[in-house]
Amino acid sequence: MSNSPPRSHPPLAAPPEGAAASLGRPGGSSERTVTLEVLRYDPDTDSEARFQRYEVVCQEEWVVLDALNKVKADIDPTLNYRWSCHMAVCGSCGMMINGEPKLSCHAFLRNYEGVIRIEPLANFPIERDLVVAPDDFMDKLKRVKPYLIPKQEKPISEGEYKQTPAQLMKYRQYSMCINCMLCYAACPQYGLTPSFIGPAALTLAHRYNQDSRDGGRKERQEVAATHEGVWECTFVGACSEVCPAHVDPASALQQMKITSSIDWIVEHLIPGGKP
Amino acid sequence: MAKSHKPVVWFPFAAGGTVIAFFIPVIVLLTLMAALGHAPAGLDYANLHAFAANGLGKLIIFGVVSLSMWSSAHRLRCTFYDFGVRADTAVATILYLAAIIGSILAAIYLLRI
Ligand code: SF4
Ligand code: FES
Repeated sequence: MSNSPPRSHPPLAAPPEGAAASLGRPGGSSERTVTLEVLRYDPDTDSEARFQRYEVVCQEEWVVLDALNKVKADIDPTLNYRWSCHMAVCGSCGMMINGEPKLSCHAFLRNYEGVIRIEPLANFPIERDLVVAPDDFMDKLKRVKPYLIPKQEKPISEGEYKQTPAQLMKYRQYSMCINCMLCYAACPQYGLTPSFIGPAALTLAHRYNQDSRDGGRKERQEVAATHEGVWECTFVGACSEVCPAHVDPASALQQMKITSSIDWIVEHLIPGGKP
Repeated sequence: MAKSHKPVVWFPFAAGGTVIAFFIPVIVLLTLMAALGHAPAGLDYANLHAFAANGLGKLIIFGVVSLSMWSSAHRLRCTFYDFGVRADTAVATILYLAAIIGSILAAIYLLRI
């Protein structure tokens, strides 16, 4: 058991006796007792959030999500948090780990010392324990029209909309977002100005703007080129640092500022100019 | 929601940022070397004075100085904003005014050479 690779599901049973006996012996064992300090909040009974500590026997190769699953299975079934894939794909397990937005399925215990503090994603309302309400983000995603708006709809008989590999590379990176919202939790502007459309949604707008099959940029600019759009961004760059999918939202936003500025010049300084 | 007019201040900021990245470290280094008496022969006082006396030279120096100041003013405005100082209009007015005054002074000094 101690040599098994990281699992997609943590063990629900206690470790076998042999493993438990070697607990705490440095070098010889791959087990370790980890102290988690987890934010708890139950809207039905609590007037405010509190922290609860759990001592969890963990395998050395586990991630924070494994430790939480072990708490839920063996210690406290009332703990709430979201997760699904356990492989950094679904984007649902984001939380603040020692103050940093992380995917808990991607945060290896071996990188942490001492008490590990786990809180719900910053800048979002807490629904319960580590679960936040993503409604604001969902609403903003919709507002940027994150889907192909073809310049001209063509009948199916004319075949597919083709694209060269070079055209694909223009937006590929920006299409890798897993909607984990870590960038919103990291962004100080979103924290201070909740109406800011924010990194992931604007990046997705950029992703479609850059797509050779798309003709919807003008519509998206109505949202993206406003104060609440790219111009609220002050290029702190925290979004790109925390993004687990290497989307680099900050670069998308800076590119959008350049194109929006060119639009502005065409619109205001060139007689009869239309962006 | 109306489109933003921020490009007016953002474009010179972006241009200034590029200027700062390319020129300022070199200028600081050369100034330090000159202060320590190690200026390369081509950059001695007489040569630089001649450069600043030339029309194109004046324009280049003015461009570097004014864009750098504008860029720094805008960056500082953003920094205030990041730290939660939300009196953005007041901050922007003071900082941009400082950059404009600095640019005017640079122009005056250059024209007097
Ligand atoms: S841009 Fe990156 S950090 Fe932001 S939601 Fe997408 S994957 Fe997550
Ligand atoms: S559980 Fe799917 S990303 Fe972590």
